[in-house]
Amino acid sequence: MKKYFSTIIICLVLAVFFVAVQLGINSGFISGYWVTNLYLVGINIILAASLNLINGFTGEFSLGHAGFMAVGAYSSAIITANLGLPFPLAVIVGMLAAAITGLLVGLPTLRLRGDYLAIATLGFGEIVRVVLMNIDYVGGASGLMGIPAMVNWPLIFFSVVLSLLLIRNFICSSHGRACLSVRENDLAAQMMGVNITYYKVLAFVIGASLAGLAGVLYAHYYTVLQPREFSFMLTFDVLVMVMVGGLGSLTGSVVGAVLITIASAFLQAIPELRMVIYAALLILSAVFRPQGLLGEKEVSLKILQKLGGVLNGTVGSKQAH
Amino acid sequence: MALLAVNKLTKAFGGLVALNNFVLEMEKGELVGLIGPNGAGKTTVFNLLTGLYQPTSGSIVFEGRDLRGRHPHQITKMGIARTFQNIRLFGNLSVLDNVKIAHQVVINYGLIPAFLRVPPFYRREAEIENAALELLEIFDLKKYAHEKAKNLPYGEQRRLEITRALATKPKLLLLDEPAAGMNPQETHDLLELIKWIRDEFDLTIILIEHDMSLVMNLCERVLVLDYGSLIAEGTPQEIQQNPRVIEAYLGDEEVAAWEE
Repeated sequence: MKKYFSTIIICLVLAVFFVAVQLGINSGFISGYWVTNLYLVGINIILAASLNLINGFTGEFSLGHAGFMAVGAYSSAIITANLGLPFPLAVIVGMLAAAITGLLVGLPTLRLRGDYLAIATLGFGEIVRVVLMNIDYVGGASGLMGIPAMVNWPLIFFSVVLSLLLIRNFICSSHGRACLSVRENDLAAQMMGVNITYYKVLAFVIGASLAGLAGVLYAHYYTVLQPREFSFMLTFDVLVMVMVGGLGSLTGSVVGAVLITIASAFLQAIPELRMVIYAALLILSAVFRPQGLLGEKEVSLKILQKLGGVLNGTVGSKQAH
Repeated sequence: MALLAVNKLTKAFGGLVALNNFVLEMEKGELVGLIGPNGAGKTTVFNLLTGLYQPTSGSIVFEGRDLRGRHPHQITKMGIARTFQNIRLFGNLSVLDNVKIAHQVVINYGLIPAFLRVPPFYRREAEIENAALELLEIFDLKKYAHEKAKNLPYGEQRRLEITRALATKPKLLLLDEPAAGMNPQETHDLLELIKWIRDEFDLTIILIEHDMSLVMNLCERVLVLDYGSLIAEGTPQEIQQNPRVIEAYLGDEEVAAWEE
């Protein structure tokens, strides 16, 4: 009973949040500007959590996230805008295309370590951008237009919840532990029977497919795609969210994504200073809290469980009477 | 049939021959010591046996199967486990997780149950956890189960390395300087522990060690390496009296001085 209590509490909180926001949007209480930012927060949570799976949990420093997002965004946009096929198919194609790209990029580059992997994946991201700029079928440099607007609050909400749930389930399984062991000591991991190449590539593919999902949502919210949006700066943004939240903390990524996206919304008024403030934030967090706001910890359910224990206790004693 | 048959095993790094024509046959249940001065090629033997290095020439046959060309994780699954000279635990993970990861060689489940949490997930997770806790209990580490491995005292970290290796259910255990950095009392306890795990877990053990009291009291057979070559093999008594071994350890002139 105690085990389920926290799950029930979380579901309740999420349900209340979902309904409250939906009502807020319907009644116009949440303005269009903040609805946009809300959706962006959702997309950024998916991006940050999936990058954290690669960089934080498996310990492979990848900088290719903008590239995977672009692959997801463009491939799904081709399905809906160019071919006129239904949106659910676009979601599947976008995620699959990003996953396959992740596999193709991951197999050769994951033999590299540290800085070399970072440079190789950075190069991949730039290649995607430049290639997209030169394909007329997807609009080249001027961009791909006429993508149907499909994104609404329920879609964003459930995409985020499902993505986080999938990553959490993966991390808290034998496969997730294997990824952690690769990060901790890849030599010892091999000796304990962990196929390290398999797990590095697996984490990379899962991370890439979720970045692809973020791309699908992005494309079908803004309805216009331009290659220059998927530059290195985007990966950098996501990296800041992951670092500020804490490498290796899933809830940290959520906190990081929310903080940075909202901060960035307030900084829209002074775009010149935005990157300066970003950089300062990164330096400050590296100096004063190098492990990120949450370190490797998760926003623990212990408090909730304790609360649950107390409530359960009273409920239990009432029943006993 | 021998459990392990190593024949004319040679490993060269460029022009440097780290191991030259190494020969070893082991029957099930044996406890063999591997000694030699620093840089003699002892750890190279372990790295070849576990698949970290591929041999330049020669063969390694374990339970009738050739190990050449196999990946380290495949060799672990076949039943060879090791510990490291310099401790290599998963430092930021809990003691329990360290053992669980190793035990996943024996029990595991697919990706679908992991993602969707369908029944095999809970059943197998419980099996893995129980087996890991049981092992920790045996090695008196259960009280640390939820501590980070890197926070354990040195001696306990060494013991955890052995526990983790045993969690892969090996038939052949390779211990690389398990007594390094231990005081005489701890070394004595380790000696008893190694004897006990061999009988309890039905193991065959190869031990690299510089602590001669441990090697001489524990091993039935000792091999001596010097500059990559096997220079002597025999019982501890034979080895202690072998002039080539004394020469390798103490050098030529000292031997001459002793004899005078």
